[in-house]
Amino acid sequence: MSILSSIRLRVATLFQRSHANAELEEELRSHIQQRADDLERSGVTRFAAERRARIEFGSYQRFREECHDAAGGGLVESLGQDLCFALRVLRKSPSFTTIAILTLALGIGANSVAFSLMNALILRPLDVPHAQSLYSIERGQQKDPAQSYPDYRDLRDRTRSFDGIVAYTITRVGLSTDGNATGAWLYLVSGNYFDVLDVRPYLGRFFHSSDEHGENSAPYLVLSYSYWQNHFQGDSSIVGRTVFLNKHPFTIVGVAPPSFHGTEMYFTPNFWVPLVSGGQAGGWGDLNLRASHYIWLVGRLKPGITIAQATTDLNSVGTYLAENYPLEDRHISFSLTRPGLIGDTLGRPVRAFSTGLMSLALLILLAACANLGNLFAARAADRSREVALRLALGSSRRRILRQLMTEAMLISLTGGVLGLLGGLLALHWLDVWQPVPSFPVHLPVDPDARTYAAALISALVSAVLFGLVPVRQMLRLHPWHVVKSGTLNTSTVGMGLRDILLVLQVTVCGILITASFVAVRGLQQSLRSNYGFLPHHALLVETDLSMAGYDGDKAPAMQRRMLDTFEAMPGIDAVGLTDRMPLDGENMVNDHLVFKDTTTELRAPNAAAVAVVQNVSTNYFQAAGTALLTGRVFTRQDDAHSPRVAVVNRTFASKLFGSVEKAMGRYFKMADGSRVRVVGVAEDGKYKTIAEQPQPALFQPILQNPTSATWVVVRSNREPRELAAALDQKLRHLDPALPFTLRTWERELDGALFASRVVFVSLSMLGIFGAMLAVTGIFGMASYAVSCRLKELGIRIALGAQRREVLQTALGSALRLLAFGSVAGLVLGVVGSNLLAFIAYQGTARDPLVLCGVVTSMMFLGLVATWIPAARALSVDPLELLREE
Amino acid sequence: MGDQAQLLPGTLDLLILRAVSLGPLHGYGILLRIGQISGNSLLIEQGALYPGLFRLVRQGLLKTSWGTSENNRRAKFYALTATGRRRLREETESWNRLVAAIGAALSTQPEEV
Repeated sequence: MSILSSIRLRVATLFQRSHANAELEEELRSHIQQRADDLERSGVTRFAAERRARIEFGSYQRFREECHDAAGGGLVESLGQDLCFALRVLRKSPSFTTIAILTLALGIGANSVAFSLMNALILRPLDVPHAQSLYSIERGQQKDPAQSYPDYRDLRDRTRSFDGIVAYTITRVGLSTDGNATGAWLYLVSGNYFDVLDVRPYLGRFFHSSDEHGENSAPYLVLSYSYWQNHFQGDSSIVGRTVFLNKHPFTIVGVAPPSFHGTEMYFTPNFWVPLVSGGQAGGWGDLNLRASHYIWLVGRLKPGITIAQATTDLNSVGTYLAENYPLEDRHISFSLTRPGLIGDTLGRPVRAFSTGLMSLALLILLAACANLGNLFAARAADRSREVALRLALGSSRRRILRQLMTEAMLISLTGGVLGLLGGLLALHWLDVWQPVPSFPVHLPVDPDARTYAAALISALVSAVLFGLVPVRQMLRLHPWHVVKSGTLNTSTVGMGLRDILLVLQVTVCGILITASFVAVRGLQQSLRSNYGFLPHHALLVETDLSMAGYDGDKAPAMQRRMLDTFEAMPGIDAVGLTDRMPLDGENMVNDHLVFKDTTTELRAPNAAAVAVVQNVSTNYFQAAGTALLTGRVFTRQDDAHSPRVAVVNRTFASKLFGSVEKAMGRYFKMADGSRVRVVGVAEDGKYKTIAEQPQPALFQPILQNPTSATWVVVRSNREPRELAAALDQKLRHLDPALPFTLRTWERELDGALFASRVVFVSLSMLGIFGAMLAVTGIFGMASYAVSCRLKELGIRIALGAQRREVLQTALGSALRLLAFGSVAGLVLGVVGSNLLAFIAYQGTARDPLVLCGVVTSMMFLGLVATWIPAARALSVDPLELLREE
Repeated sequence: MGDQAQLLPGTLDLLILRAVSLGPLHGYGILLRIGQISGNSLLIEQGALYPGLFRLVRQGLLKTSWGTSENNRRAKFYALTATGRRRLREETESWNRLVAAIGAALSTQPEEV
């Protein structure tokens, strides 16, 4: 249809509508005229006859509207009228409208963000075809997602319930193209990876099972779309090119489609490489060792197979494994879980956190609705005159309610749009956020249709929720009462419901404020605790010498050169080398069994402790700022040719030997049977998480356990940026082909504090939202109570009431509700503190400081919210009031 | 006017159909005809007739045309459609059954139970 004819059609319908209106008017007038004709014929004057005919006809406007509705044509039109009227009414009270819209924008914005997070991390499946049939395979009671390659081959070949099982792991590698080396993140995957996931290449081809012919047989590489775009400028002649991974040649065979980000949700790899060639591409596990658990498995269930059937199938293979490999696979069992968050390792906390966040966000929206319901009810009472007038003029109650609902919807949708826009901004920020510096986390929170639908639905539901509050009030309204008394008698209408809403709202806010106090305390405590090292004034240089081809004995020599070079620089206090950083993510799996010297059977049940092991150089303790309690640090003589020695921490010493003093010079055994002598004891520290209890740790000379992947800790008082530039230059001078990362230790710790920070930020935001809602809610309620009773207050003041009594009359009920709601919120917050303690490290609501904080802030909020109404009540001038009447 | 009966809900439509079944009428005419056939014993607010008329037209039970009234005024005339005629027959039957049933129930004497 052309635009012209569409316009003509529209004009015609409009014309028809007004034509129908004119016809209706004419018909009704004709009726009155004919009646008047008859009356006139009976002897009345024409004027009197017409008057009587009009009276007999009844409410002309009402019947006209009813006819309109009955004819069915009026809906769109009257909706338009409602909309225009609602706009006019809302424009007339801009402060009410602004507060209402902002309140909703906050509520809906918070919900959009929380929902997007939940959607991204829980609801949305992996972006591959038929993702619902994919499951992660976990091992044992403790649900360990890591499996060994030989076990994987048995599971893959001996199960019947799967269309295929893929194996993958994440690792780092040095990639050099045209002589330039950079660090890159990749997946090492089984040959069937792309075939089982049913992904099609964007460019070139993928590798397949048929490409695997044993270790290092498949030097192929599939680029991710974004890496191809960013690193290779989308060059379509890339297929067939050779690049070097850790100095080994690999051929680029294809590019993955843009939508494919691998099988973990929080991370997009730069490329994929076959697991069998992993040894050359930064892989650290051993393909042939059944005890080397380092790959994650995802299986695609055959159609019609249930999870239970598949688990039974896996466990029958488990029985086979246990019988044939009792050493490695004793008591092995398997279970299935949702893929994408390293099985349940990340899945469980992430699910708990996002569900908790979502519930709190919903609570906020509920509080916002209660708030708005109150405002609407108060406004409805103020508008009773207008409504009474409309009723008296013949408007139907349904029409008036529809009008109120239209206003509610208008506010709600505007608030929803604003909230969604704010939420989108926050989401964009989350999307580009790099919370953990050593690992390219990417939260896939880009909003999809579900986010928009959730925002729309929450807007509509809220509109219904708070729009319905004044309905009962409106239905009870009798025009003649209002006209007689001048205003609606508020003490009888709707008060009970409003009280409940206010208490509910204050309760919810109390919970939110309690939650945020718990989070603040938790973060404060975790920041204040002793790390066992001093991150201030320290720079870290992370390298993996194997990326530049330093293998075997070449690595310690190169490390020696690095340390010597740095130590020779001016202004450097100490330089140390370590193979693992405390509080680094990799430390989560740093568990080593240690045994008493007297133990002969070195099996897990006989272990004296599970210790974190760190291999460090001579000056590490000084560089890291770890205090030595007694004994000595390592020397250059503690190398592979001398007896094994260790520095242990205080917990280790007391657990194995009883005390720090007794530990000196004593021996213990490692799982490989080697005897180690304790030469020193260091202070306790944090090794895996900020929140952990003190745990045993031991340090060994790095020369006795050489490794190519290390961190250099450089302690210096020099300005970090200037020092970093100098270190950078020295490193490039040492070996231009060596990829490295350089950052301050404090920046590195951001990763460790990430979880606490996320919890802290989100809970404090919610707390602030809650506080704002509480203030507006109490303020609205209190100022409305005062304005309703202004006359009464004036009379009381005229009769000599004291200020205290006036305040009590004016604000007593509001304050009582506030106190009641605060106590309820606090009690619920304390009861739910187990949940809070779970998401906020070391936080508990039973902390006296938290309790005090919550009580004080609720009182402060009450004071702020009632200040203006109280001032207004006290400044009532009885004379002026009397004159107004 | 005091002895006029209030209309039961829903019965106005039936009365309109009945009035129009005797020949096409305009709105005011329908009101007069109802008064005439009911012996002026029913209280109908005049304006309330029209929403009913529009409803029946929308349901396809009545059709309309413009003409001139006996007072020489332009007026809209209503007439039954075929559906309207069928509906009137059905509604009349069910009404009669209802009246008979209620009547029988109300006229039952204590000794008959």
